[in-house]
Amino acid sequence: MEGWDPNTKSALTQIPLLSTRAGPRDGAAWTQRLKEEYRALIAYTTMNKSHDNDWFRISAANPEGTRWSGTCWYVHNLRRYEFALQFDIPVTYPATAPEIELPQLDGKTHKMYRGGKICLTVHFKPLWARNCPRFGIAHALCLGLAPWLAAEVPILVDSGVLKHKDDESTSAES
Amino acid sequence: MEEDLRSLLQDLESLKGCVSDRYRIGSIDEMKQRVVSIVNLTKSGATRRSKVKDMSAEVVDSNPYSRLMALQRMGIVQNYERIRDFSVAIVGIGGVGSVAAEMLTRCGIGRLLLYDYDTVELANMNRLFFRPDQVGMTKTDAAVQTLSDINPDVVLESYSLNITTVKGFEVFMESLKRRFSQKSGQNSGVDLVLSCVDNYEARMVVNQACNELGQTWMESGVSEDAVSGHIQLLVPGETACFACAPPLVVASGVDERTLKREGVCAASLPTTMGVVAGLLVQNALKYLLKFGHVSPYLGYNSLKDFFPTMEMRPNPQCSNNACIERQKEYLQTKPARDAAAKSKLEAESSKNEGPLHMDNEWNISVVDDSEMDSQNSCGVSGALPEGLIHELPTAEKDHGSLATEESKTVEDDLEELQRQLDALNAA
Repeated sequence: MEGWDPNTKSALTQIPLLSTRAGPRDGAAWTQRLKEEYRALIAYTTMNKSHDNDWFRISAANPEGTRWSGTCWYVHNLRRYEFALQFDIPVTYPATAPEIELPQLDGKTHKMYRGGKICLTVHFKPLWARNCPRFGIAHALCLGLAPWLAAEVPILVDSGVLKHKDDESTSAES
Repeated sequence: MEEDLRSLLQDLESLKGCVSDRYRIGSIDEMKQRVVSIVNLTKSGATRRSKVKDMSAEVVDSNPYSRLMALQRMGIVQNYERIRDFSVAIVGIGGVGSVAAEMLTRCGIGRLLLYDYDTVELANMNRLFFRPDQVGMTKTDAAVQTLSDINPDVVLESYSLNITTVKGFEVFMESLKRRFSQKSGQNSGVDLVLSCVDNYEARMVVNQACNELGQTWMESGVSEDAVSGHIQLLVPGETACFACAPPLVVASGVDERTLKREGVCAASLPTTMGVVAGLLVQNALKYLLKFGHVSPYLGYNSLKDFFPTMEMRPNPQCSNNACIERQKEYLQTKPARDAAAKSKLEAESSKNEGPLHMDNEWNISVVDDSEMDSQNSCGVSGALPEGLIHELPTAEKDHGSLATEESKTVEDDLEELQRQLDALNAA
């Protein structure tokens, strides 16, 4: 965990770890895993809110809990940039991490695979591998998506690739 | 198109009738010639060869298989025609998979199953196979278009789906299981699966499917810096599965700290991908047609032109349950395998009885290959041969006390937990 900022580190220690090694094809064990996922997400969201660091909304998009969607946002120069967020739980979960997608940013940055999947190879995948099966969706958001947004959004905004939605509407009107 | 050109020819002919200038008539004739050559060009583009019923060894220009059947006459392959009985699934029709598919198609493979969820883009044109006019098509459909033109004898199945999703995985499994010909003694409808995907997640999915089906497969990969690659043979239960140990990659051989990774997620070269596709299909042909030595692992470091090899035994503590089951089955069949190997050895030794040379002045002896190999074979914890490194770290041991505490505390109702998260989301 060297090289991570103190805030991320302290947040990470407070997200409950998971214990059930089960994927979406594992029936009852998956239900148990889902409960652990919810527990971790509830704890992480609650903590973010209490630290005035609320930055995402996420909920299961199907009853099986294999597809998730929501929004995430990042504040840069006092302006909030919000993106739709989605991912599938892979059949080999938790051996492999979910591939988090931000479809609106597809094609706008190099640090992304096709379909809007954010690039997690260097900063996140080794951590996930080392902590399998204890890391879950909440950890993927905290250690995968949050640092990605912090690194990419400022660059995208400053280079003009990403426009704030208020600026977009005014330019459309004029 | 052809009709347009024909009417253009007629127009030119009637124009010629109205012109008296000899010089002009000459240039009109020249134009007619050019139209005729365009007509011929469009015709030749449209002709497709008809299907061939039996592979012939006859050496004539019109026989698409003469050079392949020559392998038989040269004693490399015993029965080349068997290639028509084989079904091969290729997962990932990118820089490696598409070239592998073309190679197998040109070799006259019986059936190819192609899997990819992507579409062709202009950014793919630095690699082989796809053409700019295919941009926008799904990779599998574009591949079928080209491959069926090259060799109409091959049965092609196109699956445009993402195998890592629950739904995609079901279709993937069903398509692998479906039998095409009347062959018995197999759990699956294919003879070999080739993984040509570009990410760890998809490799783990192919591994899962093949472990469940007991299906032999070969994995291939090219590094994100485009200068190294590898191929690996995986026989469930017999060799290490993809989850037995963190994936092996070929070290680039240059100081890792000097590699600039910021800014891009992947580079690619048609050369490295072509080399890896060639190594992969060569190994596949050797495995299917039973000739030469099938490599268990072969790396390719293009910066140093170094090819590390090794073997890997399965991990008895593998986290993949299907792998553990296959390992048990493999151990159970060990006595039968040993007996078969022994009788084969005896049959061979009885064939060449007696020493070839009566005296052996220099004490020359033949050393068994397996003795040499054992130096490079290792268990999952063993040291790696030179030039190979693990791509990801191993999972750290579970903290036992923590784990039991976790499972005890999470007994809430799932719906109650969902409501709690929804409440937080709404706030």
